[in-house]
Amino acid sequence: MFTSMQEIIERAGAAGEPVWRVVLAEEVDDSGKTEEQVLARLGERLHTMREAVERGLASDTPSVSGLLGGGARRFEEWRQKGASVVGPFIGRVIARAQATMEVNARMGTIVATPTAGSSGILPAVLFAAEDELGFSEEELVHGLLVAAGVGEVIVARASVAGATGGCQAETGSAAAMAAAALTELRGGTPAMVSQAVAFTLQGMLGLVCDPVGGLVEVPCLTRNVSGAVQAVAGSELALAGLSFPIPADEVIDVMGEIGKELDEKYRETAKGGLAATPTGRKLAASVRWEGPGFENTNVARARQLRDEERDEERGPDG
Amino acid sequence: MSVFDIIGPQMVGPSSSHTAGALRLGLLARSLLGRTPERATIGLHGSFATTYQGHGTDRAVVAGLLGMAPDDERIPHSLAVARDAGLDVTFEPVDLGPEAHPNTLRFEIAAGDDRATLIGSSVGGGAVEVTEVNGRAVDLTGRYDTLLIGAQDIPGTTAAVTRLLADAGVNIAFLEVGREKRGREATMIVQTDQPIPDAVVQEVQGFAWVRFARRLQKVTD
Repeated sequence: MFTSMQEIIERAGAAGEPVWRVVLAEEVDDSGKTEEQVLARLGERLHTMREAVERGLASDTPSVSGLLGGGARRFEEWRQKGASVVGPFIGRVIARAQATMEVNARMGTIVATPTAGSSGILPAVLFAAEDELGFSEEELVHGLLVAAGVGEVIVARASVAGATGGCQAETGSAAAMAAAALTELRGGTPAMVSQAVAFTLQGMLGLVCDPVGGLVEVPCLTRNVSGAVQAVAGSELALAGLSFPIPADEVIDVMGEIGKELDEKYRETAKGGLAATPTGRKLAASVRWEGPGFENTNVARARQLRDEERDEERGPDG
Repeated sequence: MSVFDIIGPQMVGPSSSHTAGALRLGLLARSLLGRTPERATIGLHGSFATTYQGHGTDRAVVAGLLGMAPDDERIPHSLAVARDAGLDVTFEPVDLGPEAHPNTLRFEIAAGDDRATLIGSSVGGGAVEVTEVNGRAVDLTGRYDTLLIGAQDIPGTTAAVTRLLADAGVNIAFLEVGREKRGREATMIVQTDQPIPDAVVQEVQGFAWVRFARRLQKVTD
């Protein structure tokens, strides 16, 4: 297991190999599995990630609470009509980050990368790169290895848990992982991979974990969109040859330190931030689980509330 | 730590700590009991106590007690499966003190006359830590098959256990031996690289100096 980005860069530099090869060699060494076994299993995970994205884009099924559902599909349809100005790469990223999070929120099957609450980011970036830049499945699996190496460093130096470090630890880590993967896929050097981590994570520092009703729904889904877009920007800055003055390892360290100092109400307890706004509290109160089977007796009410608010936003012509 | 901890677990949503991690703790408690429990009281500490229903923690814990994997698509319906399987579950908020991790569960489970208790935490990304088993403090991660033995404090007990494992081709990754006082009950915690066969557990249980022997099967790669 890796404990610093510096170590990864040095190992890759000394061997004249890309980051994914170094991470694969370490995994083989640690686990006793063969390279083929590790790659095949990652291929299966990639397949599950792809299925989640496709299911999320295709279906309007609401989440368990009724607060989410159908957003990914609506965005994708709007984007395909040519309404978006950000270009197809970022447009695909925005749609796909939502897709996985919607499937997650309705207790569908996803791959936690590194957590379920941040599971939209890495697949959004990887599958947008596949669609727009033509990477093969094999290359995407290499991207997963790069992302895993970054994730291992973050676990060793800081945390990936919202309850420990806030949203910066979840979506911030996922974004750093996705940025690293995209950078190497696009031909970036190991040093650029590390730069992409620094550029991306610096922009996520301090982000609090404030889920409405304690659910992995609002604002987790849209935070995944922000993280995925930040990842692409971070990767671009690194690939252009720019350097962030603070090394990636120090950015990761400070993320961990900020996480420790975050008040408990900003660490997944649903006591602060958006969760504690008047509307956040109202939404939380509308979602209740009761009875011996804990069947949600208020799904219909939550859905109605959501639809009413959407209609208010849109106005009479919307 | 493995790449599959970061790119994984493959799981039913919505939360790696509150769903997948909680399920793994349920699996460990089931493993400790050795079979599907008939009665379970689940104490929820910290963040688990306030958000367990929204995260499906209740369904995940029960799915673990029933032996389901984190990506089993029956997890959303596990409470109904439990009713059909004759598993009676009670959830209650508990305060395990300021030192306890914010996501901690306490299991009190039973089947027939067999009982087991386990305290464990879900520490992020689906990873877990077990801190207490049947009233004894431990430090386990669920990454290794583990044999927990309570024995008389006499010479040769460790050698007898390690010999059985060696003969079964099971490599020991970590071995911890301790006791509270000379001559009192000694505890042995053996974590292994390979699954521990039923026959080994039974032979250990057969030693006259063994007070108890339990196996925990690993739940994480």
